[in-house]
Amino acid sequence: MGNIKQIIIAVVGLLAIFVLFSSFYTVDQREQAVITQFGNPVRVVIDPGLHVKIPFIQEIRFFEKRILEWDGRATQIPTKDKKFILVDTYARWRIIDPLKFYQSVSDELGAQTRLDNVIESTVRDFITENPLIEVVRNSNQVLVQSEGEEIERVDVVIQTGRQKLTRAILAKASEMTPAYGIELIDVEVKHINYVQSVREKVFGRMIAERERIAEQYRSEGQGGRSRILGDMEKDLKKITSEAYRTAEEIKGKADGQSTKIYASAYKKDPDFYSFTKALESYPDAIGKESWLILTTDSDFFRYLKSVR
Amino acid sequence: MDFEKDGIEEFLRRIPRRRKRKIVVTAIIVVVALIFFRTTFYTVDAQSVGVVQLFGKYTRTTQPGLHFMIPFGIETVTKVPVTRILSQEFGFRTQKPGVRTVRSQKVFLNESLMLTGDLNVVVVEWIVQYKIGDPRAYLFNVNRVEETIRDVSEAAMRQVVGDRSVDGVLTVERMQIGEEATLKMQEILDRYGAGIQIVTVKLQNVTPPDQVKPAFNAVNEAKQEKETMINEAMKEYNTIIPRASGDAEKMIKEAEGYAIDRVNRAEGDAARFLSLWKSYSVAKDVTRRRLYMETMSTVLSQVEKKYIIDEDETGILRVLPLDELGGKSSLRGGGK
Repeated sequence: MGNIKQIIIAVVGLLAIFVLFSSFYTVDQREQAVITQFGNPVRVVIDPGLHVKIPFIQEIRFFEKRILEWDGRATQIPTKDKKFILVDTYARWRIIDPLKFYQSVSDELGAQTRLDNVIESTVRDFITENPLIEVVRNSNQVLVQSEGEEIERVDVVIQTGRQKLTRAILAKASEMTPAYGIELIDVEVKHINYVQSVREKVFGRMIAERERIAEQYRSEGQGGRSRILGDMEKDLKKITSEAYRTAEEIKGKADGQSTKIYASAYKKDPDFYSFTKALESYPDAIGKESWLILTTDSDFFRYLKSVR
Repeated sequence: MDFEKDGIEEFLRRIPRRRKRKIVVTAIIVVVALIFFRTTFYTVDAQSVGVVQLFGKYTRTTQPGLHFMIPFGIETVTKVPVTRILSQEFGFRTQKPGVRTVRSQKVFLNESLMLTGDLNVVVVEWIVQYKIGDPRAYLFNVNRVEETIRDVSEAAMRQVVGDRSVDGVLTVERMQIGEEATLKMQEILDRYGAGIQIVTVKLQNVTPPDQVKPAFNAVNEAKQEKETMINEAMKEYNTIIPRASGDAEKMIKEAEGYAIDRVNRAEGDAARFLSLWKSYSVAKDVTRRRLYMETMSTVLSQVEKKYIIDEDETGILRVLPLDELGGKSSLRGGGK
């Protein structure tokens, strides 16, 4: 019965292949595995590559080795200074102990739920204990003010700042996660926004602030103009008065000089001077319209009557 | 049972047909060979590198070109584009890239709305350009790398903007914000070992929220107004002052002219007087008389109404028309 023999060989061969396949397994670089035997975990496989297990009775569960995502929901949290904000956080985590992970949360979905609780409550605790500015700002870097702004603003000095705050949140939340075989890599605040009602108020404040700055620009403009016009008035007065002074000085000096010249000449014979000056002035003083009444006694006319 | 047995017997009876068997064997060999070649050779294009895994374990990274690997899926390759610059948009989406890029009308305020350090609200849109710097890390360290880049970018941008004033963000600090965000993103991604290299973070539209935009525009208008006012005043200053300076100079020049005139005249008069006086002092009496007579003749010649009264007469006496008298040269000569 060669036929039956051949059937047996085929069955055994198939069985051998099946056993072979179920004794070997590969673990990807991105994965790690837990080997269970009748449901009980017996071994953790971290290294990627080809591995051997007991066929049929040992089963493999694969877990991610890469860093995984956690994205929180935007939650409304009041800050210490009673400002209502929407905080949206994200986290990155990875499975460091697949066995613990498998036993405590069983899979990634379970882990996400657990992380929701851990991270959200930690974030809430830290936000409510800090004023808003600590969450928004990172350092005490000097803020650039618009050129027009001259009003002194006392810069709020922050104690911790966002980065240190998120570090603290990470540290605090990390205390709880090793129990699930999870390592938290990072927790960051993705968004912070004012809740709708607060936002309206903030917009109102921003508008008021802008109006103030605009008003300031306008008054600066007016001030600038007045200053320039004032300068102009001053410069104008200065220029004209200085010119007047200089002109008068020059004229005065010339007058003085000419007086001196006249004096030094005329003092040689004051009497002759008066005589010539008088004579010089007569033609000008006595015009066409003048009436001249002279007697024959005058020096000029005395010869009308006699030569003597 | 019999039925089955019959089937098998029937099947076995057919096998000995040698030709058919040969065809089947050849076919199997061909298929295996095809699979063998298909899974042994692979090419990596110029933009990429190949990451090879042996039974899932990373073994090597191969450069562009033709390569071999162990066939039948024992080794597998993943090609990663390492030179390509990839980008992500925040606060907006490009709908149709091109010469005139069409932007989606949808707004993504949850991405772009953020708080500034002075607790104001600003809308920042930006892009992140990156490439895969370390293909091995990119493949094996972080799940959902693109999502991670988005999260990291949003967090980093808010950290940077959170440390600046709304004025700084809107005006002068755009460049610094981009640079700082680049560094911050790189730092976080390196901490994750994401194998991503951030090329640049570029701010796009940075605006105040729509509700406060008019107020911000009003500030710009006021700024313009201020400049206009100052410019106009400067213009007035520049029109009036140079003219006044010119006028002043004219005034001084005139005074200087006056001075020159005065002094020259004085000197002229003095010189004339002195030379006259010199001649006079030689013959005082005669000169005196001559001068007097000359003057008188000039004076009398120009006066139309002249009355000469005899010293002995008591009443006013009209004598001769003085015109004639003035006209008579003989008389002038007599005066000498």
